[in-house]
Amino acid sequence: MTADVSSSRPLVELKGISKRYGDLLANDQIDLVIDRSEIHALLGENGAGKSTLVKILYGVIEPSAGEILWEGKPVTISSPVEARALGIGMVFQHFSLFDELTVAENIAVALSSDWSLARVRARLGDISRAYGLALEPDRAVWTLSAGERQRIEIVRCLLQNPRLLILDEPTSVLTPQEAEHLFVTLDKLAADGCSILYISHKLEEVRRLCRQATILRGGRVVGTLDPRAKSAREIAALMVGTEVGEVRSGLPHQPRGEMLEVRDLSMPAGGLHGQPLHSINLSARAGEVIGIAGVAGNGQSEFFAALSGERTASRPDSIRIAGKNCGTDGIDARRRLGAAFVPEERLGHAAAPTHRLSENTLISHATAEVSRSGFILLDAARRLAQSIVRGFDVRTPESDPQARKLSGGNLQKFVIGREIIRRPKLLVVDQPTWGVDAGAARLIRQALVDLASEGSAVVVISQDLDELFEIADRMAVIHQGHLSPLRNIGEWTKEAVGLEMLGEAQVHGASHAI
Amino acid sequence: MTTFEAILLTIVTASTPLLIAALGELVTERSGVLNLGVEGMMAMGAACSFAAAVTFDSTLLGVGAGILAGTAMATIFALVVLGFAANQVGSGLALTILGLGLSGLIGAPFVGARRNPVEAISIPGLSDLPVIGRLFFEQDLFVYSSILLTIAVAFYLGRTRAGLVVRSIGENHTSAHGLGLPVLRTRFLAILFGGACAGLAGAYLALVYTRFWSPGMTAGRGWIALALVVFAAWRPGWILVGAYIFGAATVLQLHAQAAQFGVPSQLLSAVPYLATILALLLLSLRHGRAIGAPGSLGTPFVPDR
Amino acid sequence: MGRLMRFELTPRASIAPGMRALAPILAFVTSFLIAGIVIWLLGRSPIAAFDVYVIQPLSDPWSIQELLVKATPLALIAIGLSYCFRANLWNIGAEGQYVVGAVLASWLALRTHGTDAGAWVLPAMIVLGILGGMAWGLIPAFLKTRFGVNEILTSLMLVYVAQLLLDYLVRGPWRDPKGFNFPQSVTFDPSATLPTIAEASRVHYGAVFALVAVIVTALVVGRTLFGYRLKLTGDAPRAARFAGFSAKSTTLAVFAISGGLAGLAGISEVAGQIGQLQPSISPGYGFTAITVAFLGRLNPFGILVAALVVALTFIGGESAQILLKLPLDLTQAFQGILLLCVLSADALVSYRIRIVGRGGGK
Repeated sequence: MTADVSSSRPLVELKGISKRYGDLLANDQIDLVIDRSEIHALLGENGAGKSTLVKILYGVIEPSAGEILWEGKPVTISSPVEARALGIGMVFQHFSLFDELTVAENIAVALSSDWSLARVRARLGDISRAYGLALEPDRAVWTLSAGERQRIEIVRCLLQNPRLLILDEPTSVLTPQEAEHLFVTLDKLAADGCSILYISHKLEEVRRLCRQATILRGGRVVGTLDPRAKSAREIAALMVGTEVGEVRSGLPHQPRGEMLEVRDLSMPAGGLHGQPLHSINLSARAGEVIGIAGVAGNGQSEFFAALSGERTASRPDSIRIAGKNCGTDGIDARRRLGAAFVPEERLGHAAAPTHRLSENTLISHATAEVSRSGFILLDAARRLAQSIVRGFDVRTPESDPQARKLSGGNLQKFVIGREIIRRPKLLVVDQPTWGVDAGAARLIRQALVDLASEGSAVVVISQDLDELFEIADRMAVIHQGHLSPLRNIGEWTKEAVGLEMLGEAQVHGASHAI
Repeated sequence: MTTFEAILLTIVTASTPLLIAALGELVTERSGVLNLGVEGMMAMGAACSFAAAVTFDSTLLGVGAGILAGTAMATIFALVVLGFAANQVGSGLALTILGLGLSGLIGAPFVGARRNPVEAISIPGLSDLPVIGRLFFEQDLFVYSSILLTIAVAFYLGRTRAGLVVRSIGENHTSAHGLGLPVLRTRFLAILFGGACAGLAGAYLALVYTRFWSPGMTAGRGWIALALVVFAAWRPGWILVGAYIFGAATVLQLHAQAAQFGVPSQLLSAVPYLATILALLLLSLRHGRAIGAPGSLGTPFVPDR
Repeated sequence: MGRLMRFELTPRASIAPGMRALAPILAFVTSFLIAGIVIWLLGRSPIAAFDVYVIQPLSDPWSIQELLVKATPLALIAIGLSYCFRANLWNIGAEGQYVVGAVLASWLALRTHGTDAGAWVLPAMIVLGILGGMAWGLIPAFLKTRFGVNEILTSLMLVYVAQLLLDYLVRGPWRDPKGFNFPQSVTFDPSATLPTIAEASRVHYGAVFALVAVIVTALVVGRTLFGYRLKLTGDAPRAARFAGFSAKSTTLAVFAISGGLAGLAGISEVAGQIGQLQPSISPGYGFTAITVAFLGRLNPFGILVAALVVALTFIGGESAQILLKLPLDLTQAFQGILLLCVLSADALVSYRIRIVGRGGGK
């Protein structure tokens, strides 16, 4: 892997790449240039189009328009096999590993049949030393940390002599020390002539590693710059945009008693890719909407599970609903206290895909009016489903269809309506309008605001900053399992939120209810 | 030959069919498929091998027929479980029921016939050693083959690339598919191998162990083979050990009954089954989850395209 | 090495409601055709066989009673299994739970044998039968919830242990001293025998239990929260947790029910049909019931029909053996074919299958 001195031509050029999915333009005329030996960052929020672009480059999907030049020559990359043949390697966020097999076996099985275990072992020693990727060939993968597992994925790529290595949010599973270790490795790789495309939303890493960054927003390139030459604020502004949030219409309401109190909540990570929670404090009062902003993967799902009771805390007083301790109670008990929950995943979690809407009402209404002494009142369930359908404009292909027959937006309206119709004292929603069409999204947001103005406390976890600016009264940002202080929405600017999301906050650490 | 030596020899005979069938099921399960049809495949192997051996007066043809029968049954199982992604538990049981019934039909005309013993092959010099001489070095071809098969399977799974692919697919078929490994084709071949082994084990039962066919002669050995695979934590070397333990238990309980120990013979017979449960328990205690089991065992593979 | 043809499965987006009900019927017809071929290969007339297997047993009142007698344990056990299978839990040990239930209940019968015990004995035996099966079924359930051990193997291993226990008891401590050294217990007193439903009938009250179980299960599955809980646990486990249903208590509950019903079948057979304990008190009902459960598509009324159908093949098989010299093994083979066809038909309904040629598309 020696650097090609003679050519000042870039290694790869993406020209005018676009990708359209129906009405949605995931990538819009994107230009990207990566030089040899360069570590190039691809920055942007979720939904900005980073994954799509990278999948195009790795041959997983085809672009709708535009061309790719490899070393100056136009190429079509129609499969990962072709990408690898060109010299493109990719380390995904989710690893394809085999827990019970050893490191050497995991590497060998991913490579072609020329690679015997002996050969893998020999080369592994060389690569480990050269790039600081310490791995013991005979250890079983299930004993390894996330950082070590990632090294396996990296070695899988390196053994195929890549010219370009793509890493997708690589530090999302790493500790700060492991991340630093990774950066050392990447620096060495680049020095040896391998270009790197580094996808991230974390500004500090990007500045540490990269001299060039392309920033995406809404599917478009909004800036190509040297991250070290610009201030954090400027970059944050590019990432999240500088438009002022819309002033929310609706009656200003007086927040009243506290419906939800979270006190010093800490939880260990639930699994390999889980995020531990650290000393979270939060309060939500009746009549207000609390927004929790953050980029995906910073603890939102874990926080939701802790609030809903799907995962119980260690202390009963770490979570109080309507004034009662319930940290160690299950979801059933919390519903009985007047709380309602809407998880992120519609099919499989919020609703059973093959069950009818009437049956799906049972999921959260079991203790209420659709069942009595253990018996299901089928008629009541059907009527309830119908009122939800009517009240929330759910378009159904037939009366009482299976949940999976509804479109995303309609199912989401149903799932949220199912909870709102109970008039809960507290509603916690995770990603209320993700993957939902604009009309349904508007209806859902209005429903949340209306619920609050009628006296409920509403907590909205969302990656959509515009949405939160529209409906929230107070907001906090979650980052790596820590929650920032709550501030009134008027006191937040998009830049400030962006900084929090990127971990560049001025004030960090445990926050307090206001 | 002392009684002790005679007992040891019968242990070898009792353990060999268990060993062969379990090795086949091991490979199948390592690829991620749970085959509950081993008992039926073994029965078919026994019936068909005996029928062929008597009809053509050839043990060799009998063995071939037994292996073919097991493979044919396995093909049906593979079609249903891989091709149609049908429930593996139900399909396996269906094969057992089918195999037991069909074998009865095939073996019926041959009830009462007898075959001559299969010759033992002695290794010159070594077979004269006291005690172990006759035990280890004067056995028939089946027994030697079973040992060789153990070594071959261990080598294949542990040291070849093909074996690595099998183990990967069994461990996590989603990751395997993501890496481009041929999940269905590998499982198909693994199932066929398992069926062939079950058929061979059945052939051994009918041609060597008893030298005649009678209905129900497999007597649950297929289920024991299944238990053996778990007991051995899916490792070939331990299957050899386990097969001989289970075989010894079977033989010893007969003798214990005759010798009138205080312990009821049924308790001795129950030991292998209780031991399996205990082994499963210990395995999962050690790692906090049912370890050793291939990660995707029993889950049908439906690639989402 | 080139790519040979391979199967490609895509889940069907929607399934016409008629197809789901049609599948078992199609499976049945297919298996009949295959069985017909096998019979023809054996040198008999398939038409004559059909007559003996299916028509004749249905046209004779005595054999209809036999039908009910044989279907009873199958239905009882299969109903119990349906609870487990619905929740995606594989209880393969019903045969063992049947035996332990019978053993525990028989203990009371033997204890009170010869004494003029009274009317409380039989009901107590029934309770013991249920409890025995329940306890035996809870062992694999407990191992699964507490230690994560696979329930298929543990429940299966316990079948052998149960059978060996029975063997030990009837050959040893419980052997009838006046029984000419046969391995069997004393014949149960009338107070410990399950009566028949009518004077001249062969059908004992076990059939009533089965019918009650069918109706209760239909109610539970269709109308209770518990039934819904099972369905949800099997269909969408994450949603089940979201609904507040604990997977652990679901597991324990369904194994308890399944074991209990198997135990009930055990004591019903022993106290109603056999009248004493023997080394073999079941021709594999616990395993055949698995077939019945699948055939009936886990629906209580479907299971009722399936139990009758399978019982029919047993009875038809017995007369075919006498009249047509067709061995009983054929019945068993037919059951295997039938189950395979049902499972395949089920899969074909849920997935669309394409056979992709060489180098098929991505």
